Amino acid sequence: MSMNITLSREDVVRLCERIEGAQRRAHAIPKLTDEYPGMTIGDGYAVQTELRRRYIAQGHRLVGWKAGLTSKAKMRQMGVDVPSIGFLTDRMARAENAVISTSDLVHPRVECEVAFVMKKALAGPGCTRQDVLDATDHVLPAVEIIDSRFSGFKFDLASVIADNGSSARFVGGGRARHADELDLRTLGVVLEKNGEIVGMGASAAVLGHPADAVAMLVNILAELGESLPAGSFVMSGGITEAVPVRPGDSVVARFQELGSVSMRFVE
Amino acid sequence: MDESRIRQLGDELFDAWRARRTVAPLVEREPDIALEDAYRIQSRYIERRLAAGETIIGKKIGVTSKPVQDFLGVFQPDFGQLTSGMVHEEGEAIDLGTLIQPKAEAELAFVLKEDLRGPGVTAMDVIRATDYVVPCFEIVDSRITDWQIRIQDTVADNASCGVFVLGASRGDPRRLDITLAGMVLEKNGELHSTGVGAAVQGSPANAVAWLANTLGELGIPFKAGEVILSGSQSALVPVADGDELVCTVGGLGSCRVKFSGRSAA
Repeated sequence: MSMNITLSREDVVRLCERIEGAQRRAHAIPKLTDEYPGMTIGDGYAVQTELRRRYIAQGHRLVGWKAGLTSKAKMRQMGVDVPSIGFLTDRMARAENAVISTSDLVHPRVECEVAFVMKKALAGPGCTRQDVLDATDHVLPAVEIIDSRFSGFKFDLASVIADNGSSARFVGGGRARHADELDLRTLGVVLEKNGEIVGMGASAAVLGHPADAVAMLVNILAELGESLPAGSFVMSGGITEAVPVRPGDSVVARFQELGSVSMRFVE
Repeated sequence: MDESRIRQLGDELFDAWRARRTVAPLVEREPDIALEDAYRIQSRYIERRLAAGETIIGKKIGVTSKPVQDFLGVFQPDFGQLTSGMVHEEGEAIDLGTLIQPKAEAELAFVLKEDLRGPGVTAMDVIRATDYVVPCFEIVDSRITDWQIRIQDTVADNASCGVFVLGASRGDPRRLDITLAGMVLEKNGELHSTGVGAAVQGSPANAVAWLANTLGELGIPFKAGEVILSGSQSALVPVADGDELVCTVGGLGSCRVKFSGRSAA
């Protein structure tokens, strides 16, 4: 993957302010490539990195990372062969069984993921599935609430990377397990909204194995000059389709061997 | 529908099966055909297969997912009979020349250790009566031209059953979460799709309970030792010469199936 940056520093800052404003005010903006059609993946990460720098400067704490676009179907749709990544901060975290407000979100959707908590730092390039499993303290079930800041969830790869991979909120919970006690490839998942099954799948839907997605994430971090510190919380990518949620919706994600994660959405 | 017409249509499906050719949808010719008529036609077709030397070894449950039920405009599954000629060993290549327009589905199969007699059978009764569960492939096939089926067509055609293969790993449903067990389907070494037990009527045990109750109403025996294919947990996979499929059920094991030759249609 090329991390070639074509935007000027001024343009990166301008686009970052546009994204930050859209995230803060929870309103949709046109995708960035409407104005900058030549934007590259490297440009997208340059904007995302600036966004991360600003949030940290404002006192947000970086708690981990997420992999996105991890299914074959989504990658084909985007014309890429690697996932995208985004950062996670303490401000995005919500507790299990939390009541989550949608008033500060644009058009939230939920998806089920296997999350990894690292006991050792990892650095790419060349990070493998086994490296990830060896560095994992435990895995747990998680729900990611994604929320594109682009109108109609319509975007291209450079724009979605700049928008931090549509990251918005996340909920970890259920039952923490040692990774080596599970077959992380075949975990079944059921997503229920208001008691109705709205999503189903098994964990292999994430790049064939969720730990492969984490390894790819570490290798992308290396291209950005970053590594994954011990203690990081990593979401490996959606196993189910992302399902829209509205105030009044109650969501339960049920995982084989990992228990469940629940939350409620309000205005 | 009168008995002679039932026999005629059942015989037509039997002849189509034996000759590996298709017939026009029954619903086109008999627009008023009731579901009960369709099951009577199925009985006639199976009667002909038994008369030709096969025996009944189990049941299959079909139309168990919401998308398929919506597509066919029904609110419940259907069932067909499994006969001795439908079993293939894991590892042996299935000759597509014996089939017409096959597609593969990954499922969980149940083998009973006690008879189940509906009505009133619950999912708990199913677990209690189950000897073991195994991952399996059902190769569905249709004797109806281009799979142009309505629910009556597929029921009459023995729930579009073709052949099936059971995997070697046997599991105890008291030790395996059959509702949340993941299903991973690979085709020629690549991930094809994933699913989960809940895709089948909320749980495969619910589908088997439905079958026991339906058979009870119809007075059809449901015996210990029978194999029950509980319904597809995967997308339908078209298959061709040389294809190899593997399905893996989380916490249980795998079933592998190979294909050779060319199907009739």
